[in-house]
Amino acid sequence: MNISHDPWIWIAAILTLAIFSFLYKDNPLYKFAEHLLVGVTVGYYINIYWHNAAYPYVIKPLFIEKNLLTIIPFIFAILYFSILIPKYSYFIRYPIGFLLGALNGMAISPEFKEAILVQTKDTILPQFSLSFDFLNSFIIFIGTLTVLIYFFFSLEHKGILRGLSRIGIIFLMIGFGASFGYTVMARISLLIGRLIFLLKDWLGIIS
Amino acid sequence: MLQKQVPMFICFLMGLLLFFQFYIPASWSQNFYNTILRWILGISSFAIVLGVVSLIRHHLRKIRKKEDLPYSITLIFSIFATTLIGFIGGIKSGTLFDKIFNYIQIPLQSSMFAILAFYMASAAYRAFRARNVEATLLLLSAFVVMIGVIGIGDLIHPFVPSFAQWILDVPNLAAKRGIAIGVGLGIIATSIKIILGIERNWLGR
Amino acid sequence: MKFLEYLAKIDRRIIYLILVISIIIPLIKPLNLPVGTSHPVKSLFDFIEKQPEGAVILLSVDYDASVYPECHPMARAIARHVLSKNLRLICLTLNPAGTGLALEIITQIPNEYNKKYGEDYVFLGFRPDITATILGLGEDIRKIFPYDYFGNKTDTLKIFKDVKNYDNIALVVSISGSALPVSWIYLARGRYGQDIAAGVTAVMAADYYPYLRTGQFVGLLGGMKGAAEYEKLINKKELATSGMDAISISHILIIIFVIIGNIGYIFVLKRRKK
Repeated sequence: MNISHDPWIWIAAILTLAIFSFLYKDNPLYKFAEHLLVGVTVGYYINIYWHNAAYPYVIKPLFIEKNLLTIIPFIFAILYFSILIPKYSYFIRYPIGFLLGALNGMAISPEFKEAILVQTKDTILPQFSLSFDFLNSFIIFIGTLTVLIYFFFSLEHKGILRGLSRIGIIFLMIGFGASFGYTVMARISLLIGRLIFLLKDWLGIIS
Repeated sequence: MLQKQVPMFICFLMGLLLFFQFYIPASWSQNFYNTILRWILGISSFAIVLGVVSLIRHHLRKIRKKEDLPYSITLIFSIFATTLIGFIGGIKSGTLFDKIFNYIQIPLQSSMFAILAFYMASAAYRAFRARNVEATLLLLSAFVVMIGVIGIGDLIHPFVPSFAQWILDVPNLAAKRGIAIGVGLGIIATSIKIILGIERNWLGR
Repeated sequence: MKFLEYLAKIDRRIIYLILVISIIIPLIKPLNLPVGTSHPVKSLFDFIEKQPEGAVILLSVDYDASVYPECHPMARAIARHVLSKNLRLICLTLNPAGTGLALEIITQIPNEYNKKYGEDYVFLGFRPDITATILGLGEDIRKIFPYDYFGNKTDTLKIFKDVKNYDNIALVVSISGSALPVSWIYLARGRYGQDIAAGVTAVMAADYYPYLRTGQFVGLLGGMKGAAEYEKLINKKELATSGMDAISISHILIIIFVIIGNIGYIFVLKRRKK
């Protein structure tokens, strides 16, 4: 055992155990750690946004480099601060509207291509052959079609639609099972990461 | 008009212009596109103001009502302290700001998500029941994938990881593709609705 | 019979304790279970392996501390692989909390390969808007990042002498705990035809197989397992590999919990019917 003498490691370890104390029951130490997390994260984000985005992209070009074209994004950006004045807080809708419109407009066409066209093209069956690859392609074709049928609620699922959507449910259950299996690994990994920190960096039990 | 119509018009105008810009390769169109991209980066860099103001307002209200007083004070104090430390001392590697990130923010956030492992284990024991054929299929698929991805799967038989990989590559893929196509259509429909002003939740009250 | 009844009612704190013990034991006494190699991970490895010297790989550190044990080892392994092959590395982040994590990679790993900042690798920092940043990189990287994270003008950095946009980038690797890699596909690949690869948490990995099959993802690392596989391929074992034994034991434990829970449930159901 080789316990760390670094005060920062001790702070990190105590805060880790404070969060874990919630497993026993909710307590003041956990609540303090939770609120500290939110506060530190917000303070961190403010700095990152300022140093990496607001200052080099708006403040410096406009006020130091005197690039007057930057006044338009600056005005939109300042409108966010109208949230501080309840009577004029509706002005925050201006930059939000600008961003929503521009970003959605830019994204529609490439998204349609990649999300729909490419995926649909791959689902179309290749030329028939007695091979494992063709069998897999056929299973994917049936699976994709039946899953889409299952999610089509504009028609009542009866008769042949009911049968096809049942097949879709089977594919969905297998897919969700695979996701669950992976999710177990994900959650355990997060715990392993913390336990490695406690055992290695703090207590020095493992190398 | 200033409250609803003008922002909706701005949204519509920008959406329309940028949608058609994709299909116009002329140099003036490209220049317009590049300018808008830089404007977006500038404008969105201030969007954090909304979240920060809402959070501080909420906790100041709690402090005035003396609800959860020590915790709200902790939160407000840590926001201002971290912000000032970053502005005064800088954000480079080795600074106090960097240490706060590495030894306070990372451990707290990692631990918060690490406790999910316990809840998942508890849920696995209490809630995952093979009540019907579908649930049994889900559990069997999960078991195969869980055994297939670990070293023990390899030791049992080489077929185990191959079968787990096949489940991921074929039936899982089919299910997720169906969902992805549906989600993709939904995203595009929502984008069009926002631009056309049919979807107005972003305007708030 | 009482034992079967008890199986349906084990206290959750006992379950927590058993889980912790099942993880701690293999960490203290490693079992060295084999780590295989799956085709999604091998595809990414092979893609980077076949790049000529000097090719540029863009690593986007799009995750935060909540998924650190899964994503951070992936980002480290890929950075190592890129620099060990004498490829050039451009690192940036679209997640504000990823800045500190990317900084850790940039300050540690290039030194192991004697790489020169500004020439062999660069860290551009964070940009707030995902769509605008991803699209902007396809036009001119230096216009989106006029300065790097350390305040150097990107115009003056040697790495950007022949790197303007996606045309000069061989691969974008997005390591993320969210759906950001899909945004890279929709925008960078959809508009500019850029090759994309992803490293994601295990929660998301199963959802991205459709993109792998179509080639929209060149390769995919899924969770700690994916990171461990990549560490094995580059012969540098770190956090991910050391955690795999614990994952193996805890997976068996979870399966046992599910089976025990179901046995107890069936017994309680039968008793109710009687």
